[in-house]
Amino acid sequence: MTAAAPPVRPRRPLRPRRPPDDGWREFVTPEGVDLRLRIASYGERCAAFILDGLIILGVLIALSLLALLAAWRITAVGADFGGQAALVIWMLGAFLLRNFYFIGFEMRPGSATPGKRALGLRVVARDGGRLTANAVFARNAMRELEVFLPANFLFSSGLGVDGGLIALGAIWSGVFVLFPLFNRDRLRLGDLAAGTMVLKTPRRVLRPDLAQDGQAMVGGPAFTETQLDAYGVKELHVLEDVLRRADRRTVAEVAARIRAKIGWDAPLEISDKAFLAAYYAGLRARLEARLLFGHRRADKFDRP
Amino acid sequence: MAELQLKSHRFRAEREADWRRLETLLSRVEKGGARKLNRDELVEMPVLYRQALSSLSMARAISLDQGLIGYLESLCTRAYFFVYGTRSRPLERIAGFFARDWPRAVQALWRETLASGGLMIAGTIGAFILVSRDPDWFYGFIPQAMASGRDPTASTTFLHDTLYQQPKLHETLGALAAFLFTHNAQIAIFAFALGFALCLPTAGLMLFNGCMLGAFLALFAGRGLAFQATGWLMIHGVTELFAVTLAGAAGFSIGWAVAFPGERTRVDAAADAGRRGATVMAGVIVMLFVAGMLEGFARQLIRDDIVRLSIAAGSALAWGLYLYLPRRARPA
Repeated sequence: MTAAAPPVRPRRPLRPRRPPDDGWREFVTPEGVDLRLRIASYGERCAAFILDGLIILGVLIALSLLALLAAWRITAVGADFGGQAALVIWMLGAFLLRNFYFIGFEMRPGSATPGKRALGLRVVARDGGRLTANAVFARNAMRELEVFLPANFLFSSGLGVDGGLIALGAIWSGVFVLFPLFNRDRLRLGDLAAGTMVLKTPRRVLRPDLAQDGQAMVGGPAFTETQLDAYGVKELHVLEDVLRRADRRTVAEVAARIRAKIGWDAPLEISDKAFLAAYYAGLRARLEARLLFGHRRADKFDRP
Repeated sequence: MAELQLKSHRFRAEREADWRRLETLLSRVEKGGARKLNRDELVEMPVLYRQALSSLSMARAISLDQGLIGYLESLCTRAYFFVYGTRSRPLERIAGFFARDWPRAVQALWRETLASGGLMIAGTIGAFILVSRDPDWFYGFIPQAMASGRDPTASTTFLHDTLYQQPKLHETLGALAAFLFTHNAQIAIFAFALGFALCLPTAGLMLFNGCMLGAFLALFAGRGLAFQATGWLMIHGVTELFAVTLAGAAGFSIGWAVAFPGERTRVDAAADAGRRGATVMAGVIVMLFVAGMLEGFARQLIRDDIVRLSIAAGSALAWGLYLYLPRRARPA
């Protein structure tokens, strides 16, 4: 291979690169409306699982203390089976928690364990139908294979299980723990076996309409049409974010940019925030009016 | 100012009350289920849901307020999963499970059940022959901890006594039953989950389970205790082994669906098999609970071979009839 005549060949000729997956999925209800759902990210699911694990651990510790207390009380009364009663409480409790904590919570109307709920996640059937008890059972029974089996190996290291087996267990669980990273819908093995997936469905509150504020704050400073034509829908949405976040420095910067862009030279006594709110109201009124006539101006490069 | 009022704002002002109403109802439902709503509210729900959906479509067409559209999307999603996700009441579901769903799921898996039962029996026979010829094989099948002295070096009297042990005073029967149940149920769930790995681990587990059984039987049979040992094992063993066989069958069905999905996609086939398997497994856990009770209580309290064997035969008959008796088609 010399440097003289490298064959000029276009790399990656045909297939255009797929845009990175943002996790949004089309989901059309029977009424024909697309709900646009978002797949829960890997990190969110891990965090939810860790939270649930901590809750289970906490309950188990509390249960152990309770069992000990029961043993102590009953033995004090005089019966001999105090310790055994405690053992039964503990064994059944541990079994129920290990297997039915997830199943129980996911079968409720919220379809989420406390950990999932804290992160705004919920389990749904992949075909959009109802989430049946079978599916919930199947997806959680698989957890036995993914988490608890290798965990058993890890924790039994002192009981004569050799290092090789532990390493094997680590590899095994590694495969399953990373499994969601290798498919589009972030499916865990259990999701695959049950036909479910986990969505991010945060609860939103209805916040006040910014356009209304904008009009209330300023007595409608007159922007000319050319001034309002400087931006499109994309910029309007960015402006909405800026206003809702209300970070002083960003507001000041954005206000300065917009003033420069539209050549604003009117009274300076209007605060940055009020100016932005007024401009937002004006811009939205303009863009929405045009929207009603069938023209959606995507961004500032889209000529009106 | 009046002419400055946005269309999208008026749109919002007209409908906001309905959205808020839907939101409060949903919050209540998500806390405590559909029972939290009275009849009027229950009727109101789908109407409010459709209104919200139409608002969402409308908002997407005329409004540029991201906050509003995001709110409506979240509200509609929550309402959708309530309206289309409602299920019958828990008691009805449990009744339906025992009356129809479980036996039907078990019947659908008859091929897998035969395979998994066959493997276990093959293991039993194989181990029986091996241990009968050479008692040293015993140690290959049964871990030391589990044998607890019941190995080929033990005396016949000792072996005989283990079959008719009095429960020790400190070893309460409840604890024993709880231990046996949780342990077995965990193993069964495990056998089911392992099926996903193309059936092989589950097959191994079934075979090995049979081997342990065969080795034990061979040991006792070698001392002329075959009849007694069978009674000791089968009083709970019928239920337990049947449950384990079914768990293995459920595992097989998943593994088979993953390996040979047929005309469906692999993912769909796995999901179908997984759900059906889960129905079987829920029943298996019930069976293992019964088995744990029999093993923990009945075996320790009943020390007569004939009674033990008749309980075994009775349970075999009961499970067989219950699970395999043909059912009528689902009533309308």
